Amino acid sequence: MTLDIIKNIENSEILLTNCIFEEVEKNETILKIENLNVYAKKEHILKNINLEIPKNKITVLLGPSGCGKTTLLKSLNRLTDLYKELKVSGHIFIENDDILASKQNTSVLRQKMGLLSQRPYPLPYSIYKNVAYGIKLKGIKNKKLIEFNVEKKLREVGLWEEVKDRLHSSPESLSIGQQQRLCLARGLAVKPRIILADEPTSALDPVSSKIIENLFKELKKHYTIILVTHVLRQAQRLADHVVFMNYGEVIEQGSSKEIFSNPQTSQLKEYLIEGN
Amino acid sequence: MYLRRKILSRMSDAWMLITLAMIILLPLIIGVALYFRASGLLQNTGLIHLLGTSEWLPHEKKFGFVPFIFSSLYVTTLAFAFSAPISFFAAIYLTQFSHGRMLKIMQPVIDILAGIPSVVYGVWGILVIVPFVSKVVAPAFHFTTSGYSILAGGMVLAVMCIPYMLNMLVESFLTVPQGLKEASFSLGATAWESVKHAVIRKSFPGIISSFGLGMAKAFGETLAVMMVVGNMVKLSLNPLEAGYPLPALIANNFGEMMSIPMYDSALMFAAFLLFIIIMAINLIFRYFIYKTQMR
Repeated sequence: MTLDIIKNIENSEILLTNCIFEEVEKNETILKIENLNVYAKKEHILKNINLEIPKNKITVLLGPSGCGKTTLLKSLNRLTDLYKELKVSGHIFIENDDILASKQNTSVLRQKMGLLSQRPYPLPYSIYKNVAYGIKLKGIKNKKLIEFNVEKKLREVGLWEEVKDRLHSSPESLSIGQQQRLCLARGLAVKPRIILADEPTSALDPVSSKIIENLFKELKKHYTIILVTHVLRQAQRLADHVVFMNYGEVIEQGSSKEIFSNPQTSQLKEYLIEGN
Repeated sequence: MYLRRKILSRMSDAWMLITLAMIILLPLIIGVALYFRASGLLQNTGLIHLLGTSEWLPHEKKFGFVPFIFSSLYVTTLAFAFSAPISFFAAIYLTQFSHGRMLKIMQPVIDILAGIPSVVYGVWGILVIVPFVSKVVAPAFHFTTSGYSILAGGMVLAVMCIPYMLNMLVESFLTVPQGLKEASFSLGATAWESVKHAVIRKSFPGIISSFGLGMAKAFGETLAVMMVVGNMVKLSLNPLEAGYPLPALIANNFGEMMSIPMYDSALMFAAFLLFIIIMAINLIFRYFIYKTQMR
């Protein structure tokens, strides 16, 4: 019985994946940001941001530290709500649904995005329960189904083989890189459309970073990825679309090729020279 | 030059070792000293008799400690039952839900409350809590009491414990990294779910140790309790009756009635009991912390 359900789910996901592939061809926009402004007290952190994020691509938010990249990322899933001093105005549309409209059900909305932060923050539960937490928040209660999904998500991030014998031990026993992948699996468990990655490799060693980067290349088939980074080389390796920010403004944006081979503004030129 | 630095370094090492040893040895010395001072009574009456009987007639050499231990535990339990939930939820509200400014205002308030001398709490207890118990609580249960009771002791003690526990709880909730909460929120958890699964769970050892230290403090608190608890050797489950906790016994009688044989030794034994029970509370909570950290 349960196996049938599981098979059905798998089939429908294959169908879904096929749909996504078809959509890729059309170069669709998944997220549209209009006139986004963020103030912290008197400071103007984000100034009139207008952006379109292409679906199933890796969009890199590039720029020096403190230019507002992280704030932009946090506005996307309304984590800015947690900081009472922040005032956000404007519109962010995900499939014609305004994220910033006050009536939104933030729980449902946040599940459309998976957040991967600078450092892994596993919950104080076992490895298994960390992933199961996400699945349960999605409303799934069937134990078999949860079990199946935990394995699936851990496989998706290439962690299953490494942890299958110690699913019930604490995530603290994992390396930082593994923990970061665990957090990614937990984020994927709520079936997001978009992965928000905030300098996800900044605390990792080069090998772990490489694994995450390769994962992203794989995951963009199914998800849209918005990656914040200030590592220029990483941006060059991963980006399909690049948004260059400075002092809270979008200075320049375009395809990876345009931006890196033919920068228009002096600020970006300077940044590219410094970075290389 | 090098020699001088080396000698200095050795000296500081030794000094630190000595201070550390003093800190470790002090409780041990106190415990041993109390035990020896109490040993007269122990040899005379026997431990089982002391801890197993409830007759307190020093003139007849009858020293039953049960009423005192019972009163102490009762007052402490009541105080804990009143103060733990209040400080727990107040700390969660202050650190997780209120505006940051609120915490900034509350922190000095908590510090002031924690710094008020216990005699002031005692006077306040006599003026407010005791009449409250005799005029409001007791009539509600068709009972007449002067108000000087276990319940009054528990309430005064609870008020004293709240700032103390609240302070520690706030500290431990503040150490939960913001990123952990964000991770939980970003998965679609509500504020309460995030608090429950991320904040409370992460600071579990901190919560347990605040409760443990709060309880140990409550158990040893003397003056304020003594002022409102009635100080009568009784053994009753009714919290509206007076009681006589161990610290009050020692404080009330030490230096007096020393003409009675064995009385001095009995008070030392009371102190020794207090010492052992507080140590036991600490050890039990340590064990809980150890257990929760292992998970």
